[in-house]
Amino acid sequence: MELYELTLHELHGKLKKREVSSVEATKACLDRIGAVEGKVRAFITVTPDEALKSAAEADRRIAAGDIDILTGIPIALKDIFLTKGILTTCASKILANFIPPYDATSWKRLKERGAVLVGKLNQDEFAMGSSCESSHFGPTRNPWDLERIPGGSSGGSATAIAARLVTATLGTDTGGSIRQPASHCGCVGLKPTYGRVSRYGVIAYASSLDQVGPVTRDVTDCAVMLGAVAGYDPCDSTSVNLPVPDYAGALVSDVKGMKIGLPKECFISGLDPDVQQAMDEAIAVYKELGAQFVEISLPTLDYAVAAYYLIATAEASSNLARYDGVRFGHRTEKTQGLIDMFKKSRAEGFGVEVKRRIMLGTYALSSGYYDAYYLKAQKVRTLIMHDFIRAFENVDFIITPVAPTPAFKIGEKINDPLQMYLSDIFTIPINLAGTCGMSVPARFSSEGLPIGLQLIGKPFGEETIIRAAYTFEQATEWHKRKAQI
Amino acid sequence: MKITRKEVEHVAGLARLDLSEEEMDLFTGQMDAILAYVDKLNELDTSAVIPTAHAVPMENAFRDDEERPSIGVEDALANAPERAEGFFRVPKVIE
Repeated sequence: MELYELTLHELHGKLKKREVSSVEATKACLDRIGAVEGKVRAFITVTPDEALKSAAEADRRIAAGDIDILTGIPIALKDIFLTKGILTTCASKILANFIPPYDATSWKRLKERGAVLVGKLNQDEFAMGSSCESSHFGPTRNPWDLERIPGGSSGGSATAIAARLVTATLGTDTGGSIRQPASHCGCVGLKPTYGRVSRYGVIAYASSLDQVGPVTRDVTDCAVMLGAVAGYDPCDSTSVNLPVPDYAGALVSDVKGMKIGLPKECFISGLDPDVQQAMDEAIAVYKELGAQFVEISLPTLDYAVAAYYLIATAEASSNLARYDGVRFGHRTEKTQGLIDMFKKSRAEGFGVEVKRRIMLGTYALSSGYYDAYYLKAQKVRTLIMHDFIRAFENVDFIITPVAPTPAFKIGEKINDPLQMYLSDIFTIPINLAGTCGMSVPARFSSEGLPIGLQLIGKPFGEETIIRAAYTFEQATEWHKRKAQI
Repeated sequence: MKITRKEVEHVAGLARLDLSEEEMDLFTGQMDAILAYVDKLNELDTSAVIPTAHAVPMENAFRDDEERPSIGVEDALANAPERAEGFFRVPKVIE
C-alpha cells in the first residue's frame, strides 16, 4: 500500500514505530499530487518546500520521542483558513494576492502538534456554492467521475481525500459545505455544533452559521481532527467555553437500544431512487445492529432553504463589506474618487455568485424590507430550532439523506441559482439550528457515485453521532472503496 | 414582480457594486425568482415568535480591559494596495 493511501491513524501507527518518516509520507503525497492534480484541480496553492521543511522538523520531534497523533501527518486546508505567510485567496480574485499576517486558530492548533501543511484547497468563492464551480480558479472535479462536481463549497477538501492527495483536511460548513462534498466524494465530513470550534482566522461568510470541521477518510480520523481543533478560543467570542470530550473514546461499535429519528418530511416520494435505496439499506443495517427507529416530524423543514438564503446572504453582505480595496486585496486601477474605488474594486474582484448573494442580502436588510425578509427569516429560524429541540426529546440522533441526488454534472445547475440552492434542503436546517451533523459513506449509485448518510446530533452531542457513524462504518466498509484515479 | 430594475440599481449602490447592464438585467430576473420563492415564509404565523440571531445561548463575551500588543504597523500594511508614511493611501475622502 502506498503511503498516501494510509488513513491518519494508520500513518500515525507507522510513524510511531519508525517504519516510515514524515518526509517519506509527505513526499508520497507530493508525488501523488503531481500525478493526479492535473485531472482533479483540488488545490489553489501547493507548498512543497514548506511541507518538506515541516516534515523534517516533525521527524526530528519524533526521533526525540515527542510524537502525538498529528505529528508528521500531511494535511491540507480549504483556502478559507488564514495561513500566516502563505497565500490565502478564499478562491476569489479579490484576494488573489493576499498573504495573511496571522494563522487561523484551528490551523495553529494542528501546526503546534506537528501537522505538515501541503497546500491550500479549492472551494466555491467565499464559501458560496454547492458545487465548487464558482471558484475564481476554475472548478474542482469529482475523482469518481471527472465530468461531475465534487460538491461545495469544500469541494477541494473532499476531492483531496477521495483522490488520496493528503491524509486529512479541514473544511468549513455554513449550509452543508462539508457534509455535501463529503457525500458526493465518498468520505467522512463533520459540521460540529456552532461554537465548538473557533472561527478566528476563518474568512467569514455568515457569522451565525459558519463552522470549521474535518473532511477525512474515516470516522476515526474525523474524531482525531475534531479533538485537535475543538475548544474555547478567547479570540473568537462565539466559541463556547465547554470542555472538549475525548472524541476517540466515542469510537465504539455499538448502537443497541439507541433511538434514531426519521423525519417524515425527508422521506417524501420523489426522492432519487439511488438515494432512497441508500436510506433503506442504512435503516436496515441500523435495525440489524439493534437500534430502534422513531418517526419524528420537523414541520418547518420546508422553510429552511428560504430562511437560510435570507439570513446567510444578509450576514454575507455585511461580512464582505470589508473588501473595498483599502487595506488589502484587489483595488481597481481606474479610480475616480473614493466611492467609485469601492464600487469598481468590488465589481472587478467578486464573481457572479458572490455578487448575487451580496445583492440579496443587502436588499433583505434594507430600509423598508428588513422586517419582511431578514427579521421574518430569523423568526422562522426559531421555529426550526424548536422542531429539533422537540425531536431530540424522544431520540438520540436523527438520520436523513445528505443531498437529494448523487453528484450532478459540471455546468448542470450553474445557470439556475434557485435549483442549486434547493439542493441544500437536507443540510441547511442543521446550520440554522446550530447543532452538529455528519456525512458518512452509505452506498454507491447505479452509476458508481458515492451517496452519503447524514447523522444529526443534539447540540454538543458529537460523541453520539461519532459512535453511530463508527458503528455503521464498521458494519458496512463503504469507506474502503477507492476512486480509480 | 417582486423587484424592479430600478430597485436593483438602488441595491447595487448600497452594496457598492458597479454592476454592468447585463449583470443588472440578470440579477433583476434571478432576484425576482428567489424573492418569490422566499415569500413562502409568509405561510408561517410568526407573530408570537422571538427572532434567533445566535444559535447557541450565550451572553456578554467580555474580556478584561487590559492593553495587549496589537498586530503592528508593518504587518497591518503588508497587503496594502497603496501606502504612504505608515498609513493606507486612498482617494480623497472629503471633497
